[in-house]
Amino acid sequence: MDDIQIKKSSTVYDAIVVGSGAGGGMAGYVLAHAGLKVLMLEAGPYFDPAKDSMQLKWPYESPRRGAGTTRYFGDFDAAYGGWEIDGEPYTTKDNTEFHWFRSRMMGGRTNHWGRISLRMGPDDFKGHHIDGLTDDWPISYEDVKPFYDKVDRMIGVYGTVEGLPNEPDGIFLPPPKPRLNELYIKKGAAKAGVKVIAGRGSVLTEALPGNKDRGACFFCGQCGRSCKVYGDFSSSSCLVIPAIKTGNLKLIPNAMVREVLTDNNGLATGVSYVSKDDMQEYQVKANIVILGASAGESARLLLNSKSAQHPNGLANSSGVVGHYIHDSTGSSAGGWIPELMDRKRYNEDGVGSVHIYGPWVYDNKKLNFPRGYHIEFGGGLHMPGYGFSGGIQNMNGVVPGRDGKMKEAGGFGASLKDDYRRFYGTGFGMAGRGTAIARYDNYCEIDPNVVDKWGIPVLRFHYKWSDYEINQAKHMQDTFQEIMHNMGGAIYGPPAGKETNYGLEAPGMIIHEVGTVRMGDDPKKSALNKYCQAHDCKNLFVVDAAPFVQQGDKNATWTILALSMRTAEYILSQRKKTNV
Amino acid sequence: MNRRDSLKALGIGTLSAGVLLEACKPKDNKLAEDNKGAAPTADEAGRQPFEIERDKKLNAEKFFTDHEMATITVLGDIIIPKDDRSGGASDAKVPDFIEFIVKDMPEHQTPMRGGLRWLDVQCLQRYGHTFVDASSSQQIEMVTEIAYPKKAKPGMEQGVSFFNRMRDLTASGFYTSKIGIQDLGYMGNAPGKWDGVPADVLKQYNIKDPWGNKWD
Repeated sequence: MDDIQIKKSSTVYDAIVVGSGAGGGMAGYVLAHAGLKVLMLEAGPYFDPAKDSMQLKWPYESPRRGAGTTRYFGDFDAAYGGWEIDGEPYTTKDNTEFHWFRSRMMGGRTNHWGRISLRMGPDDFKGHHIDGLTDDWPISYEDVKPFYDKVDRMIGVYGTVEGLPNEPDGIFLPPPKPRLNELYIKKGAAKAGVKVIAGRGSVLTEALPGNKDRGACFFCGQCGRSCKVYGDFSSSSCLVIPAIKTGNLKLIPNAMVREVLTDNNGLATGVSYVSKDDMQEYQVKANIVILGASAGESARLLLNSKSAQHPNGLANSSGVVGHYIHDSTGSSAGGWIPELMDRKRYNEDGVGSVHIYGPWVYDNKKLNFPRGYHIEFGGGLHMPGYGFSGGIQNMNGVVPGRDGKMKEAGGFGASLKDDYRRFYGTGFGMAGRGTAIARYDNYCEIDPNVVDKWGIPVLRFHYKWSDYEINQAKHMQDTFQEIMHNMGGAIYGPPAGKETNYGLEAPGMIIHEVGTVRMGDDPKKSALNKYCQAHDCKNLFVVDAAPFVQQGDKNATWTILALSMRTAEYILSQRKKTNV
Repeated sequence: MNRRDSLKALGIGTLSAGVLLEACKPKDNKLAEDNKGAAPTADEAGRQPFEIERDKKLNAEKFFTDHEMATITVLGDIIIPKDDRSGGASDAKVPDFIEFIVKDMPEHQTPMRGGLRWLDVQCLQRYGHTFVDASSSQQIEMVTEIAYPKKAKPGMEQGVSFFNRMRDLTASGFYTSKIGIQDLGYMGNAPGKWDGVPADVLKQYNIKDPWGNKWD
């Protein structure tokens, strides 16, 4: 450490890609396959699900039985990182709340994500006409559709063709059939008038035509651990490793990018980074710089890249960088079904994404919140883990025992042991994921007083929900109650009330944050043009969720992939014209 | 790559699906559980260095005294005893799991330590012995006082809270062990083909189609 140097490489790559998640991975994949020499920088270690996944481990192979002590989603979950990372702080402002989930690893958050793969609809791209609350994207669904189609074919997604107005169909593999508990949910939802369709997930329920590198799903239900046979979508397995195999993409892991370097003309020349391996400082060069570091990190990088030409931070003459950050809303409920006690055992693992899904098909004009939400459902004979059947004293006193008589809640011994068997596999849950309005007043900026362990200034968040999101969460809770009421004897608690904002999760908890480097036609109101190219710096592109103008209720990944592919193809076409 | 190739890639492609299901049942899985208490012996691929270090450090520490461990062992077997289907909590090494988990999750430490002491003081006052030294019938009598939250007498509330926690930890430890998983009859974690709820189960619940669109 007493000999720190800045090591400058003389190699000039065609492109540097910062980040290896959905956005960075796709850009790297397209460009490397087109023959460009690409350098990809990833802040975490190399991660290959084939070797590093915890798939098929038993709970007793974890001393904490799969509990989430060091990994929020459990000991077997694939994510390295979480909402808090030692030495990598962030702050909040004015008593507001934001939680920033980061996965430091090749493939980023796509290693553990829920694989729920949804297209945004026409009204999600052009929503201004609905209520005047949101700005339109500079592109429409029709502009993105060809890329959604290509992503569907290239990566694979299951689902059913439904012909719904703002829930575009894709090119689908067969969906997994519902589990028993999910059939009860479907019944309750149908009676309650809530639309439920097959799930849409990037899991290969059948072999992907034309792909010899990825295996078909074998239904262990453990997508969150990442897949050893590449049977689901992770950027690591489906994009970065294939890109490396072309021989055109070099990945440097454990490279924490500090800033984007620019020349006297204000053009990007490369980036500087600190290596977590040797703690030395490096500078690398390229003709094009592509940021796919995540909505938060890409904004942070731009704001930290100040120069005489870009005094406000790179690509930020508009001042919008960091603003308009928005995460999906989330609220949830659950219970259990006494009719399923003592149910027959069989392998009900299914896939690790949703089997059934409730799209938004309702008219907001009749409601007190402007945009909709979808519902994700689940339940079945799952692998036991830490917390198994916890709080059984709240269950075993409310239904009759085998002899038909009510039992005293709680207990011990042979009778309790019998209860654990009887209740196993009776639970279910549901979670809403809704559109939050993108607002200028919700933002992240550089905290002037705080740096991370490498001396890089950190983000400070300012984020508040409005009544729109709170009213939407109340509607979720009311809808959940109606569904559960109609499931036929299900046991569940009261709706989450006003004191908790109706169970509305704090901003950042749904891990769908987008919008920090938004695109637009007007350089005064946006940082990027409609191809995700910086208005102020033509050889700089952003390919993660930062360019989103307004997210629908749809989870962001499929749109990140489509937009990144579109941007990469634009880069190729511009290179032919020698514009970049 | 089709499903058969997937299984081959996992190194289990030469077996038929039926054999696979059999092989993946908990009873045939010879893995880490028998080595508890030592450093983790399971495959460390994919674990982050800080996680491996942390587990090693926790395994080297001892939290509960021998007396406390003896009390946990007796309580565990009262909560989940051996029966004609499976062994009891101590057969599944639940006490070792509880020793680990209170080090892993320090928020359990004071409630567990204090709860165990609360129990001993109660027993000393009632029987003149600590819990482990009381007779079996006295132990059951004491546990009965704190095992039923709704009918527990005033003054027993702290014991009820402790016992709720102890019951939950015992269930966590037991049903995530090989013995407990087999007892439950969990059949997953085995490569296969999911084709919906089996026909006989649909019939049992009067469901007419595997998509749940028609019910009797």
